[in-house]
Amino acid sequence: MQSRTRLNGSTVVITLYLLFLMLPIYWLINMSLKTNSEITGTFSLWPQTLTLRNYVVILTDPSWYMGYVNSLIYVVLNTVISVAVALPAAYAFSRYHFMGDKHLFFWLLTNRMAPPAVFALPFFQLYSSVGLFDTHIAVALAHCLFNVPLAVWILEGFMRGVPKEIDETAYIDGYSFPRFFVRIFMPLISSGIGVAAFFCFMFSWVELLLSRTLTSVAAKPIAATMTRTQGASGVDWGVLAAAGVLTIVPGALVIYFVRNYIAKGFALGRV
Amino acid sequence: MEKTVNHKAWFLVLPVLVLVAFSAVIPLMTVVNYAFQDTFGNNVFFWNGLGWFEDLLASDRMWNALGRQLAFSGIILAIEIPLGVFVALNMPKRGVWASVVLVLMSLPLLIPWNVVGTIWQIFGRVDIGLLGYTLNSMGISYNYTQNPVHAWATVVVMDVWHWTSLVALLAYAGLQSIPDAYYQAARIDQASRWKVFRYIELPKMMGVLMIAILLRFMDSFMIYTEPFVVTGGGPGNATTFLSIDLVKMALGQFDLGPAAAFSLMYFLVILLISWVFYTVMTNLDKRG
Repeated sequence: MQSRTRLNGSTVVITLYLLFLMLPIYWLINMSLKTNSEITGTFSLWPQTLTLRNYVVILTDPSWYMGYVNSLIYVVLNTVISVAVALPAAYAFSRYHFMGDKHLFFWLLTNRMAPPAVFALPFFQLYSSVGLFDTHIAVALAHCLFNVPLAVWILEGFMRGVPKEIDETAYIDGYSFPRFFVRIFMPLISSGIGVAAFFCFMFSWVELLLSRTLTSVAAKPIAATMTRTQGASGVDWGVLAAAGVLTIVPGALVIYFVRNYIAKGFALGRV
Repeated sequence: MEKTVNHKAWFLVLPVLVLVAFSAVIPLMTVVNYAFQDTFGNNVFFWNGLGWFEDLLASDRMWNALGRQLAFSGIILAIEIPLGVFVALNMPKRGVWASVVLVLMSLPLLIPWNVVGTIWQIFGRVDIGLLGYTLNSMGISYNYTQNPVHAWATVVVMDVWHWTSLVALLAYAGLQSIPDAYYQAARIDQASRWKVFRYIELPKMMGVLMIAILLRFMDSFMIYTEPFVVTGGGPGNATTFLSIDLVKMALGQFDLGPAAAFSLMYFLVILLISWVFYTVMTNLDKRG
């Protein structure tokens, strides 16, 4: 009897918490399906006249949907670069002692602590001077600032869990380091790679300050495009809400794939 | 794990080093450069020594922003850490429902930060937002654009909404690693619910909770986009946190020198506090 009442209590707590999380999101979806006159004119808990006009506006106008394409391009670029360079480094940190390793590890982490606001202006000048301003690769490289340290940290946590005997056996069997790493080691930590990629994707996707500062037209991210809805005739609330809903979709999709590892990933592989 | 000494491991770290040097050291050196120089335009710079630092330390502007920032980080840590642990204790352990809860809880974490701002900006509006409208029809004259207290409440609730799930997920991961035998032993000893939490669950969660505190501290200390979208730093300067103030100075007014000096001190404060957390964390790691 006692366990049942406790179970019910837990369900109530979780339901209330999820309700708190979902209400603002529901309100955004609700608004995205309304006409602008309904949004500003009446107060309704669900759309009285259902309309897809707001989504049509976004999906038919290149200056809108290219925002999503641009964001996805630099996010994917950044994820690939971050994981690729972080893999060997994480291996070194998890397996070897070398001169200055502890200091190096903390120095890497300090970059995760660096406020993007500090780097906005120097990045702008740096990438302008090398002619990379307003390109996808500039944003991808800039996001490496916080994603590479994070990827190293997560991967190192996962690699620690792989016994060292596996490496030694492989070397005795005559595997060279690159072949061992790609053929044997990477499959062993595939879930760690997945989680690291997920986190790079996530933090690059949600960041606005740097991506907005480093782009103007050609690589403009969706987040910056959204400020367009503030026109001379007031705010186009419907389109703004629809654009917001569409930015949630990619996140929701990738989250589904890593749902079983997400808790471990947030613990940076240290559980 | 026993590690072998191998200085050639440096070659494995080299790609990271080059990349981070390009994206962190070079820009940071530019900042240092500006922090000690002054200009009358035309790219002519002259040495200004510690002038900018002295100006900033003497003015109220940075101290006020720092005070607001510390208050904000303190408040959200005080709410999110206990709330996150509480939610984690009540999360279902396995089954389909557990997956559903996990996915739904992670959702706010993956929403672009400006959209988080937009969501709450709309949600809190008196005319078209559910929260603002409801509060006002209940007779509370809530208005986050004019009342500083309401603006603070909105920004804090928004952050709780946005990030409590992170703390909960971390604590949940820690709880999952506790073997059933511990609970059985506790039941045999007839330990109370509180004692189970205090002597079994909390110690096992300490490691991940430190990560949670470190991450939440760092990210809340750098917060920019969300409050900027919701309040724009206002009303007045009520919600102008360090990053908002810095961007205003650097990209808005283009005051390179003061902004650079500001940046360096800002970075140092974060570094110092994070280093304390990090040391505590690695010590916990060692104890296992």
